[in-house]
Amino acid sequence: MSSYQAHFKVWRGDAEGGGLQDFQVEVNDGEVVLDIIHRLQATQASDLAVRWNCKAGKCGSCSAEVNGRPRLMCMTRMSVFSREETVTVTPMRTFPVIRDLVTDVSFNYTKAREVPSFVPPKGVPAGEYRMAQQDVERSQEFRKCIECFLCQDTCHVVRDHEENKPAFAGPRFLMRIAELDMHPLDAADETGVNRASSAQDDHGLGYCNITKCCTEVCPEGIHITDNALIPLKERAVDRKYDPLVWLGSKIRRRGQ
Amino acid sequence: MTNVERHAYDVVVVGAGGAGLRAAIEARERGMRTAVICKSLFGKAHTVMAEGGIAASMGNVNEHDNWQVHFRDTMRGGKFLNHWRMAELHAKEAPDRVWELETWGALFDRTPDGRISQRNFGGHEYPRLAHVGDRTGLELIRTLQQKIVSLQQEDHAETGDYESRLKIFQECTVTRILKDDDRVCGIFGYVRESGRLFVIDAPAVVLATGGIGKSFKVTSNSWEYTGDGHALALLAGAPLINMEFIQFHPTGMVWPPSVKGILVTESVRGDGGVLRNSEGKRFMFGYIPDVFKEKYAQSEEEADGWYADPDRHRRPPELLPRDEVARAINSEVKAGRGTPHGGVFLDVSTRLPAEEIKRRLPSMHHQFKELADVDITAEAMEVGPTCHYMMGGVDVDPDTAAATGVPGLFAAGEVAGGMHGSNRLGGNSLSDLLVFGRRAGVFAAEYAAALAQVDRPAAGEEQIDAAAAEALRPFGTDEAGDAAPGSGGDGPGAAAENPYTLHQELQQVMNDLVGIIRRAPEMAKALEHLADLRERSRHALVEGHRQFNPGWHLAIDLRNMLLVSECVARAALERTESRGGHTRDDHPDMDRTWRKVNLVCELTPGAPEAGTAAVSLRRRPMDAIRPDLLALFERDELLKYLTDEELDA
Repeated sequence: MSSYQAHFKVWRGDAEGGGLQDFQVEVNDGEVVLDIIHRLQATQASDLAVRWNCKAGKCGSCSAEVNGRPRLMCMTRMSVFSREETVTVTPMRTFPVIRDLVTDVSFNYTKAREVPSFVPPKGVPAGEYRMAQQDVERSQEFRKCIECFLCQDTCHVVRDHEENKPAFAGPRFLMRIAELDMHPLDAADETGVNRASSAQDDHGLGYCNITKCCTEVCPEGIHITDNALIPLKERAVDRKYDPLVWLGSKIRRRGQ
Repeated sequence: MTNVERHAYDVVVVGAGGAGLRAAIEARERGMRTAVICKSLFGKAHTVMAEGGIAASMGNVNEHDNWQVHFRDTMRGGKFLNHWRMAELHAKEAPDRVWELETWGALFDRTPDGRISQRNFGGHEYPRLAHVGDRTGLELIRTLQQKIVSLQQEDHAETGDYESRLKIFQECTVTRILKDDDRVCGIFGYVRESGRLFVIDAPAVVLATGGIGKSFKVTSNSWEYTGDGHALALLAGAPLINMEFIQFHPTGMVWPPSVKGILVTESVRGDGGVLRNSEGKRFMFGYIPDVFKEKYAQSEEEADGWYADPDRHRRPPELLPRDEVARAINSEVKAGRGTPHGGVFLDVSTRLPAEEIKRRLPSMHHQFKELADVDITAEAMEVGPTCHYMMGGVDVDPDTAAATGVPGLFAAGEVAGGMHGSNRLGGNSLSDLLVFGRRAGVFAAEYAAALAQVDRPAAGEEQIDAAAAEALRPFGTDEAGDAAPGSGGDGPGAAAENPYTLHQELQQVMNDLVGIIRRAPEMAKALEHLADLRERSRHALVEGHRQFNPGWHLAIDLRNMLLVSECVARAALERTESRGGHTRDDHPDMDRTWRKVNLVCELTPGAPEAGTAAVSLRRRPMDAIRPDLLALFERDELLKYLTDEELDA
């Protein structure tokens, strides 16, 4: 066991404004950034606001930006930084600050409500659902999402463009549409909802220009762009021409 | 008069994990205007941490499975202290609750013929756990969350308002149940974001707040698990039972220190993982207790044969109920055969191909890689017991989930007691949440609907003022304004206490003195410490203001943790036997006469004086098990648990 004093800069403030505050704080073997934030709370700043729940990368609560990169604090080990390095922790930039590291993520809950829900198949009673493993796996990948909203935070369509928020669901909820679209038994079609074209028409899929920033920050390693957004664009393209789909499919093929 | 915002609903559900969301869905579908109080963000509840699966005897993988077998396994796991009626309802209704999730969009792993796959787990005779890899809890919470969204969409289509019939109050904490005479009339709480205080008037309140793990130092539980519902029920006059029974999950991470306690799913063992000590020995064969001798393999060869051919081999002893495995690990470490970091080895790397491990246990692979630099496909994990689950809780009617003695109060999930007896089987928690969450929703709705609007109870101003003063006390007298005298406060001469320090001391006391192995003098000492901590917690002071202030929240949660910890210590001291999640070094044997007894905790009337008990304890005989359920067991087996008189009655 060896411990050392690290230099942290933590953003403190609220909707009115704020700034980075300096801390010298002890770090021990095996600790993660969230441990250090907790140590600051217990010893130097009892009212330092931070969200966290499971501390095991499963709930997606402790999202923040560490040295400018969107990350879960509980899954960011201190060993990835040198002892001399200053570690800067700031709230997610895309969402309004409430206090310190806590942001108002209600944008995401609003968008979640706008996606039409799963439609159960008519005439198939509970207990009689039959699906092959290989058919459920595609949607299962997207259901690994822990809703940390780091993909929403990093997406440049909304990151510095408040004006795009009303029309754009963001990668998480476009992926949710893809998940339902690929669900083997979803019967939305029968209710007149075409999920792929509604992604384009109602949820802003066209804003996405597949830069894969969302995929890069996903702590669950979900291939949001390749497996959800591009296939969704391809299915929507029957109705609308999207040059990016064409480009995306070229790029993807080249990588294979 | 305190300035609080005020809402009115038919049913308020406190807690937004599996049980709370299931209850809310049911109440709303039965036409009740329903509010859900969510301590964190919607969808972050501790249920997401459940890994292994949902136990339900669908018989998809082994057709011999049925509710009777599940019932038997549950009673054995709980060492027959379970409320038999709850175990019966649970076993009967679990399959329907799982299938229902599919109609709401859940995607479980499949069998080759396209049905829901089921996996093996400790204490379950057949493969029984519906699962999605090792992230089943996430699937459960997301499915319920999305079902709630779909109900809100229906309401929006009809009324133009998503929240007209079902509203989630995110990041709010309840600090008091409000009562009108003996009946429930609502809740009092605060909003984390703003620090605003609020009241919801409602004739029916469902507690679904989960467990108490944050009173212990080494725990798999998240920050929310501060025993809120247990304490709210006590303070509202409802009794708690079985508080001495705490499940220490056998396999928590032991290294690095900052992640000590984080869960390593039992699926690792269900899928073939084995436990070894530092000498490389599979030690579990030496720890099969007499009551389970006939059911478990006696050699490695027999155990290994079971995975492929369960009909002609007995189960590996790594799959004994959790209490047995946790004690065995504890003994090995104590005997000096532990790993460098004080655990034992859990190895799946030599048992399954790397690709198979990554497919079946993706989040374990990820967790060890990220947090401990361990590749579980290439090396063994180090694991040890961690405080995981509270078997004890609110004493409820088994059919209706109604709390004893407080009309309008209901409880479901981990906060309710009785279902799991002295020890819960893995997989029986998620099914419990669904079965009794739904039941609580049904009967809370029925209760609320039966009260005409004019008959609805209402909270008096005095009660609200007292609740407000209590909530604001940690800020000292300034913020509290004209707080009622006697509500604590920084009295003259008393040193201000840091809530974080108090919490750490509490966790150390419970871990060291009321932990996995218990002794009378240590528990007596724990009670002294707890009384002292309770006294000091009256002087807990926090800095800053009310807006999202974690120090303040912790100061409020401390009241709950201290009350619940006292219940645990008092009941554990009283029960002079070892059973399930209660192991006494000074009373190592299970005693059949203790099986008939529930220990009931109640709040001592009036504010307790310094050094006296806040909680009183009494013994209550259990209801006799219904004869047709007893007939599901052989008499020889029953004799291990029940007294001769009970059997001959």
